[in-house]
Amino acid sequence: MQNFQGVGVSPGRIIGSVRQMPKPVSEPPSGERLASDLSPEEAVAGLKAAAQSVHDELKGRADSASGDGKAVLEATALMAKDTMLLKSAAKLINAGSSAERAIWEAGASVSEMLHNLGGYMAERATDVLDVRARIVAELRGVPAPGIPASDTPFILVAEDLAPADTATLNPAVVLALVTSGGGPQSHTAIIARSLGLPAVVAAHGVDSVADDSEVYVDGAAGFVAVSPSEEQRAAATAWAETSATLAEFDGNGTTADGHLVPLLANVGGAKDAVAAAALGAQGVGLFRTEFCFLERDTEPSVDEQAAAYKAVFDAFPGKKVVLRTLDAGADKPLPFLTDASEPNPALGVRGYRTDFTTPGVLERQLEAIARAASESEADVWVMAPMISTAAEAGRFASLCAAAGIQTPGVMVEVPSAALTAATVLREVGFASLGTNDLTQYAMAADRQLGPLAELNTPWQPAVLRLVQLTVEGATQEGSGREGDPKPVGVCGEAAADPALAVVLTGLGVTTLSMTARSLAAVGTVLKTVALEQAQELAQLALSAPSALEARDWVRAKLPVLEELGL
Amino acid sequence: MPERTATIASRSGLHARPAALFAEAAGEQPVEVTIAMQGEPADDALDAASILSLMTLGAAKGDVVVLRAEGDGADAALDALVKLLETDLDAE
Repeated sequence: MQNFQGVGVSPGRIIGSVRQMPKPVSEPPSGERLASDLSPEEAVAGLKAAAQSVHDELKGRADSASGDGKAVLEATALMAKDTMLLKSAAKLINAGSSAERAIWEAGASVSEMLHNLGGYMAERATDVLDVRARIVAELRGVPAPGIPASDTPFILVAEDLAPADTATLNPAVVLALVTSGGGPQSHTAIIARSLGLPAVVAAHGVDSVADDSEVYVDGAAGFVAVSPSEEQRAAATAWAETSATLAEFDGNGTTADGHLVPLLANVGGAKDAVAAAALGAQGVGLFRTEFCFLERDTEPSVDEQAAAYKAVFDAFPGKKVVLRTLDAGADKPLPFLTDASEPNPALGVRGYRTDFTTPGVLERQLEAIARAASESEADVWVMAPMISTAAEAGRFASLCAAAGIQTPGVMVEVPSAALTAATVLREVGFASLGTNDLTQYAMAADRQLGPLAELNTPWQPAVLRLVQLTVEGATQEGSGREGDPKPVGVCGEAAADPALAVVLTGLGVTTLSMTARSLAAVGTVLKTVALEQAQELAQLALSAPSALEARDWVRAKLPVLEELGL
Repeated sequence: MPERTATIASRSGLHARPAALFAEAAGEQPVEVTIAMQGEPADDALDAASILSLMTLGAAKGDVVVLRAEGDGADAALDALVKLLETDLDAE
């Protein structure tokens, strides 16, 4: 029996058979020549046949898809047998190149052309590269890249998933996700939590498990076992029962002794907001407004923005909705706002900072928010991402005031903002900790890199200390005037981990905002803990010498997690 | 050589879904059809059945394009394709 230990990122205990995601297609060597026993005509005919079968496969998938996914697949299918692409490849073959190398180069130049056109065309540039890789795989006789198509449910094992894989990931057939790379903040983890799929990342060696092997996955413990034992089968059966009771949140976030911690949802648009409200969310703690801007080559109009924001506000009448202004840059580039050629985008012009280089966009967004807020019944709070100094917070507050927005706030995700929370909070009405970026910046570890997974967890005592400093800053700021300290919430992935949610509550965080699917699990665990115990657990985590020990020590004191399989 | 002009009616221009529908229809014609922006030389015309060519053409709503074809059935093919371009395919 073979076991793998990784990092659990989304709870659930499940048994299923493995499908390995094929490795990315490698580049055919530059200058690769046509095989001597093949004429150019034969090679061109072979390329056309491969292109046709890639077309047929994509077309078949388009026929069974619906909505936006269908349109994208149809367009991608057509690209596979596109005359422009195949003719330029044929030209290279006639000049002596191998078919694989020819289609690789032809795809690269078409993709570059589309990329340079910007906007929607640039988005399609990746589709051309996907088609190119599929044709090369077909020519080589290896499985097509991407998530395997299957009618029977399976556990997907991959090196890591990219955001683009979400579109083709069908939660009806994928039972769980296991990756050999990636970290707790990787896209795999985020995708898994939003779909409610059990997931383990950074399980080194799991790539070697053969297709169709039966495995047991425990997404809380980060454990994967080949050929499950009787005990593990029983655990999976038990999970199937408890997960049903963990699906519903009663809409009342509180500790056992009645200390209220409202549990809010992270949403990206009206559809998410309606779903979150149905799952019992007590409001929205993070409304990402990027959706309104993505796939655009120009800025959306104030009217268009106002309508989109109002649709989210309307899902929570009388409740709090915290909106984050445009957070472009780094992993979310926007052609009209960010400079893709920055050498170090995570430390570049992103978030609030885009207002330095492209003034006006933020003010128009605030105007749209104010208008939508005045037309809805939601209690709208507005925060800026990537605030580093009190001066920036002050400037953002005055922009909000000018637009008629009552409650301005800041995201605390740059360590400098946590360290100077008292002066930052003097300028605004609230703070919200973005633990994903706060962790990445505190630990100087890129969120997407598998080898840094151990550094990149909000269980790092240094990150918890920054959370504590932010809360202390709020208390200090409050003591200098009449009234309560200003609220400090958490809206990163950390809030979705029930054990961390207890620690954050103990540190004095006032609200927790998470993917709506995690509300019930977090709410259930929080109800079993008194505030004093949460405070003790917070101290315990802060005193740990490592993230691993912080997590293990806290989990050991919360046996309810093991009972529920969380 | 028979040719027709057509004004792009789809809201998103000749991108995305409209481009896919048009390229597919052009590919089903018995003759080869080319497409160019109005005023551009016929030598620079692109293959109308190539979705990638259509995307690089970058025709927006309201732009006028020229379709050309030669051979048996050219006129019927051009008429059918003009009709398609002048329909708002995003609305369907």
